[in-house]
Order: sequence, then C-alpha cells, then structure tokens
Amino acid sequence: MNIRTTRRGFLTGAAAAGAALVVGLKPNGSWAAAHGGAFVPNPFVRIDPDGTVTVILKHFEMGQGTSTGLTTLIAEEMDADWETIQIEFAPADTVTYMNTLMGVQGSGGSTAIANSFMQYREAGAAAKSLLVMAAAEEGGVDAGTVTAEKGTLSSGDNTASYGEAMAWVKEGATPNPVLKDPSQFTLIGTDHIPRKDSVAKTTGTATFAMDVMPEGVVYAVMQRSPKFGGTVVSFDDTAARAVPGVVDVKQTPMGVVVYGTNTWAAEQGRQALTVEWDFTNAETRSTSDMEAEYLAALDGEGLPARNDGDAAAALASAAKTIEAEFHFPFLAHAPMEPLNSVVQIADGKCQVWDGCQFHTVTQGAVGAVSGVGAENTSIETVYAGGSFGRRANFNSDYEVEATMAALALGDGRPVKLVWSREDDVRGGYYRPMVVHRVKAGVTAEGNLDAWHSSIATKSIFTGTPMGDAVVVNGVDVFSVEGVADTEYTIPNLAVDLRNMETPVSVLWWRSVGHSHSGYAMEVAMDMAAEAAGRDPVEFRQTLLANEPRTLAVLNMAAEKAGWGGDLPDGWGRGVAVHKSFNTRVAQVAEVSVTDGVVKIERIVAAVDLGVAVNPDVIRAQVEGAIGYGLGHAMRQKITFTDGEVDQSNFPDYEPLRISDMPKIEVHIVQSAEAPTGIGEPGLPPAAPAVANAIYAAMGKRVMRLPMVDDGIEFA
Amino acid sequence: MAITLNINGSAHEVDAPEDMPLLWAIRDVLGMTGTKFGCGVASCGACTVHVDGEPTRACQTPIGSVGEAAVTTIEGLSGPVAEAVQSAWQDLDVVQCGYCQSGQIMSAVGLLTENPKPDDQAIDDYMWGNVCRCATYTRIRAAIHEASSRMEA
Ligand code: FES
Ligand code: FES
Repeated sequence: MNIRTTRRGFLTGAAAAGAALVVGLKPNGSWAAAHGGAFVPNPFVRIDPDGTVTVILKHFEMGQGTSTGLTTLIAEEMDADWETIQIEFAPADTVTYMNTLMGVQGSGGSTAIANSFMQYREAGAAAKSLLVMAAAEEGGVDAGTVTAEKGTLSSGDNTASYGEAMAWVKEGATPNPVLKDPSQFTLIGTDHIPRKDSVAKTTGTATFAMDVMPEGVVYAVMQRSPKFGGTVVSFDDTAARAVPGVVDVKQTPMGVVVYGTNTWAAEQGRQALTVEWDFTNAETRSTSDMEAEYLAALDGEGLPARNDGDAAAALASAAKTIEAEFHFPFLAHAPMEPLNSVVQIADGKCQVWDGCQFHTVTQGAVGAVSGVGAENTSIETVYAGGSFGRRANFNSDYEVEATMAALALGDGRPVKLVWSREDDVRGGYYRPMVVHRVKAGVTAEGNLDAWHSSIATKSIFTGTPMGDAVVVNGVDVFSVEGVADTEYTIPNLAVDLRNMETPVSVLWWRSVGHSHSGYAMEVAMDMAAEAAGRDPVEFRQTLLANEPRTLAVLNMAAEKAGWGGDLPDGWGRGVAVHKSFNTRVAQVAEVSVTDGVVKIERIVAAVDLGVAVNPDVIRAQVEGAIGYGLGHAMRQKITFTDGEVDQSNFPDYEPLRISDMPKIEVHIVQSAEAPTGIGEPGLPPAAPAVANAIYAAMGKRVMRLPMVDDGIEFA
Repeated sequence: MAITLNINGSAHEVDAPEDMPLLWAIRDVLGMTGTKFGCGVASCGACTVHVDGEPTRACQTPIGSVGEAAVTTIEGLSGPVAEAVQSAWQDLDVVQCGYCQSGQIMSAVGLLTENPKPDDQAIDDYMWGNVCRCATYTRIRAAIHEASSRMEA
C-alpha cells in the first residue's frame, strides 16, 4: 500500500491521460485491465476507476425496496459508502441471476431478500477481500492490518480508495470472503438508511418503461376482445387510419393494434376502429351466474386438501357450531403505471425495455414470438410503477403483445405498446373469485375442536409450467394456502376444494391465496371465539401455543395496541394474525362508527420476518400492504355482465385514497433467524382485523367483499 | 398547425391538434417524462402539473386551452416550497414504486403554497385526487407536515 499523496499523484496523471492509457498504466494482468477499466469481481458488483461502487440488482424494483435491500447487503460486507454506492438492474441471464428460491430469474413470493441474503453478502465480502489483499501486497503490509470504511482502506498511516486499490487486483486473484458477525453490522438492521431510489423518484428523473422512448419509437395500443376468450373475425380501420397521427393498423393473434406517432393518436385511432368478434369460446356469464355455480359446487363433494381427525363427527358432537359463507370478488392489480413495454426487432435481435419481473419467462416468450430466440433477446430492466404480481405471469402477456405488435409492424422500429387504465382494469389476470364456507365447532369447555373449510375457486397454477410442482391430486396449494397449512392447532380439521372453470385469466395478486383465505380464517376464528365465550386474542393464544413466533407477534400487537383497554363510544377493536411467505404478522384494528358510517382509525401491526435488513423499508411495505388490502376490501371488485367486465377505470374500480388511510404503527420483532419476505405478508390480516373491529363496534359480520357490498358504508 | 406552449420557462412548439391533452404533448411530443399517465380521466392525479401555479390534471387539459399560461412540470419545479416538499419526501422516504410521486409532489406544493400549515383534514381534502396504489399515504401526510415546518424555519 502506498502513502496517499504518492498514489494520488500517480492516479491524477493516469486519469488525465485518458481511459485507454489508464488501462495501460495499471500493472499488467490486473483485473480492471481485463474488464475494460472496471473491476468486476463477481456478477453482483462493479467498481469503476473513480471508486464508484455499483451493485447489480438481480431483482426488479416495483417499490418493494429491493434496490435498497440488495444494495445494503453488498455495501455492508464491502464497507462501501452508502451515500455514493450506485445501483443498476441486471440483464436477463438466468444462470447468473437466478432467484434461488424460484429456479428462474424473477421476483415474486416475497423472496428477494430471502434468496439474496447470503449471496449478496458473500459477493460484497468477496469483492472487499480482493481489494484488501491487493492493497496489502501493494503496500507491503499484512492483510490483517488493513481495515475498510466507507470505500477507503487503511493500514497505519496508509490509505487508499477502492478506486485506487482496484487497479492493483490481479486478474485471476482468488477472493477470500469472510462474512461479518452480525454484531459488526453498520447498515443491516439500521433503523433507517435512505432508499437508493428516493431522489430519482422525487425529481421526476426515474425511468419507468413508460418513459422509454428510443429513437424512431412508434406508439401502439391494442383492441382486445371485450369478452375473455373472444377472437377477431374482421375489422374496419378506415376511420382509424383517418385520425391524424395514426400510422398503421395491424391484426395480431392477441388483438388489433393501432400505431401512432404518439400514444394519444393511437388511442384516438383505436376508438375509431370497429372490430367484429367471435365469442364462441368466450366467457359469456355474469357474476351472478358464476356465483350460483360456485355455490352448487360447494354443495357437492370437494377434493381433499387436508384431513386431520374427523371434522364431520366432531362438528356433529360439538357443543356449539358456527357457519359462515365468505364471498371474494375477482380483483385487478391495477399498478399505478399502466402495463407497457417497448420492443424492437431488428437484425436478428430483439431488444425489450420493461419493468421486468420474470426475466427468464419473458426472454423465452419474446424470443420465441419474435423468432430470434431467447439467446438473441436482451431485456433492459427499468423501474416498474408497481406490480402487485401483475407483471409476472407464465405467458409474459404484455411483453408478448408488444413483441407481436413490433413483429406486425415489421420495419425494425421500436414499438411501445401502452395499456390504457381501461385495458388494465378489463385485462384479466385477476385475483380469482372465491367462495369459502367454514363450519367450526367448539366444546362445552370452549375449545376449538373442529373446522371444515370448503373452497371454490379457479386454480392459478393448473396448466402452467409450474403446475406439476404445486398442483397435487387436483389441489393447487395456492387455492388453499393459509387454511390447509394453518398454524392453529385444531384436532379435527378438513379443507376441501372445488376447481372452477372460466376463460377469465387469473393470477397471483399480492399475497396470492392468503389474500382471501386469511380473511375467511380470521373472521370465522372470531366467530368461533364468540361461540366459545372467549376473548379473541386469548382464544388464538391457546391455539398458537405450539407456534412461539406467531404467538409472539400476536402478543406484541395486542400489547402495543392496548388490547382490552378503553375505547371511545362507537369504536371497536379487532384482531387477526396470519403467517404467509414464512413471515408472521398480527394486526389490531380500531374503527369508529358514527351514524352507521365506518371509519378505519388505526392499525397496529407486529411482524416477525427474521433479520430485519432495512427496518424502514419493512415498515413501508407493511403500511403499503395494509393500505392495498384495505382499499380492495372496502370498495374494489371486478364483476361481469354477459361476460364483459363492468368496471373500467378508477372512477368505478375505486382505489384507496388518502382520506381512507388509517394511522398505522408497525412493530418489528428483533430476530436472528434467516430473513423472510415482507412485500406481501402485511396484507392478509388487515381486512379481517377491520372486519372483526366492525363487528365489535356495530355487531355486523362482514361476509362479502368488498365490504360496501355487504352494507358497510365508509366515511 | 403548431401551438406554442410555455413550459418550465421556455417556449415549446408542438405540432399537434388542439384537442391533444397537455399530458401527451409534454410526454410523447416534447419527451419530458416526469409527468405520468395513470388513468387519463382526471381520477388519479399522476399527470398533475401547474398551470399558472394551479395544480392541474394534464390528461384533461387540451393544449388548445393553455394559451400563454405558464406550465410547470416536476422537471421545472423550484423555489422554497418545492425544496421543502422534495427534501421532506426524500428524508421520510415516502416513495415506493414512485410512479404517482411526481403528481403527489406537484399537488403538495400547490397545497402548501395556498395553505402553509395544513392539518390532516386539509391534507386529506386537498390530496384526495392523487391516488397512490402503493398506499404511501401515511408518509405523504407526514412529509407534508414536515415540509410545512421546514418552510417556517
Ligand atoms: S392521468 Fe390524469 S388524473 Fe390520472
Ligand atoms: S409510490 Fe407507487 S403508486 Fe405511489
């Protein structure tokens, strides 16, 4: 290692001489020389000659905070400077950037931190070890004397920046990563370190796919079948082509595409288009027809998903029983950024710009549809304006549509296919509609002895490439999760499933099966507690005696919320606790009722997700999941009349607004367990906690979502 | 027929029909992408810009109606209120996906310009039209209070 002044002088001269010379001035065979001036010790981190450390993010950023989380892991082990460390989204490269919990490159199931925790830390530690060893050799000191802090190495009086030290790393040097002991963490677990995406997103400079406008871009919108499963018979584009700015109209297998010099022109053109559809194989039922079929199916036999003891016999002999029938609508994800992507097919290559959630699938699908193959398909991932699950699906539907649009135009120009909000609300890939019946029985002593859940819904995974893995004997685990795998100890427990069919496409929606099962389970649990004559918290505590981590969040939420304490007149308190994605969350809700009008006042949440990497991001995710869950539980639904979606845009698919948002407190259990996810688990307990609070305040059990359809009026 | 728009202090020629919404002129014609499309029907606030200082939904503002008025987008936002709002937003880490936040910030600046000390009710009333699907609303409230106190300092 050199004395700072000497080294500085050397580097200044090198930098002034230009990039090519910089490489030449470095020791022969240095890593940076071999990598075009940058030090790339592994696929997850790069150091530029100016010392800038850049983290390569294998997960996309839809707001869930992974760009901060993954960067924290590397910066921690590398002792990089948080202020200056940069982020960059990884290219599509399944082998290098695989989500080890999913087996593909992609994000979902609240797995980003869980699968990256060791990998990214090791990447950071490996990079640092190479810098330390190189600097020690250069300075003729023992590596053990070298310490690192905020991107600077020190040994005695000697210091070197990472930018200086990287030039000394020899090509082929072997890293020796040693992970920090948690007691040495300075970033992981810090209550609040600034998000890496905050500045860009508060100055309008963050690039979303909607903002990608390459040279020569053509804007496009697609007219899709108004009923799911309909196909184009013919279309008349005379009026559409007459719209100023419309440049072309083409038919694709997914619908009719109108191209324009801007999005608005394309949209005007689409409105002037007339298309004749074939609805032979389309969904033509109304929601009431579907509901009748679901109810009839529930009256018949189901496929067993869990069968402990003898629920039927225990119910027959129970001292008291409760029965409940819960209705859950289809729901659209409606991420704030309407779906869109830009695709260019030229010279045997395909370039995609996308808020890409499922790189492996998208690369394969776009490569196949474009005809250039996955190996010639590149994806540039940009910020995604929300997803909630929508941007990942086995068809890569919206990227494939953009590819078809580019292929149909056929002139090599990039095509940006934009969905309107109406396209999004009516576009399917919904959280499936569900009807869930519960019967529960308690003993004369007030113990929960029997539970029978009967569920009717459309499977998300059946018929997909992952179907074989998760559909067992006809039971899609995601249709029954949250009940069939409940942590409550119930001696006689039966769960059965009816698989319903519809051409309406369905998809995972923030928290997947838990988005409905958590509600049915936790509201029915309150009904059972009431039948048993027991306090809802105390009743659950007994049933969770074998699950100490879940019991602990329940106790924490109850204590922090002041469970059992006084409330103003007309207020009610409710509790719910639910494990999903291996994260435990309990919530206590408080509502007020004034002249029959409900206001959700406060939610107190307790979460256990193992090691809390970024506590402030975790709090934000829980706040957001509560809001997202409550908005849909209060007012949102997708319904059909004669196969057509009744809703179209935010005026009738009414999102949660600021005036609906309760005060939220999030408490995080201190834990040394391996981290689990937080994007989704905050959602399932929110709506049932509110429903239970509404019951406490006004004696009304809310059995149908959205709650406004069950007679609840919100302020 | 070209229309001249006064955006962020400079004149921009837009060769487009008069009924083209300001949103699409700003984004697709002029390439300024900080202003977002969320609904197109004045129901989400993602497209909020200032027209002569007034928060306005650009998706429902035909360019032919703008005339000489001064249009400000997130790119051109400046001044003490804007600085207070943006710094409070950053320090409280309000953003999640971020897609709604240009519009939230434009509205918040409008609110604090008109009412430098809003209470929660005033915030909810003014910000009601700005949807955040990530539900960052508790932090939006907190950041507006924080910006308000920074403006006093
Ligand atoms: S895009 Fe203008 S209000 Fe939604
Ligand atoms: S931050 Fe995602 S919509 Fe507001």
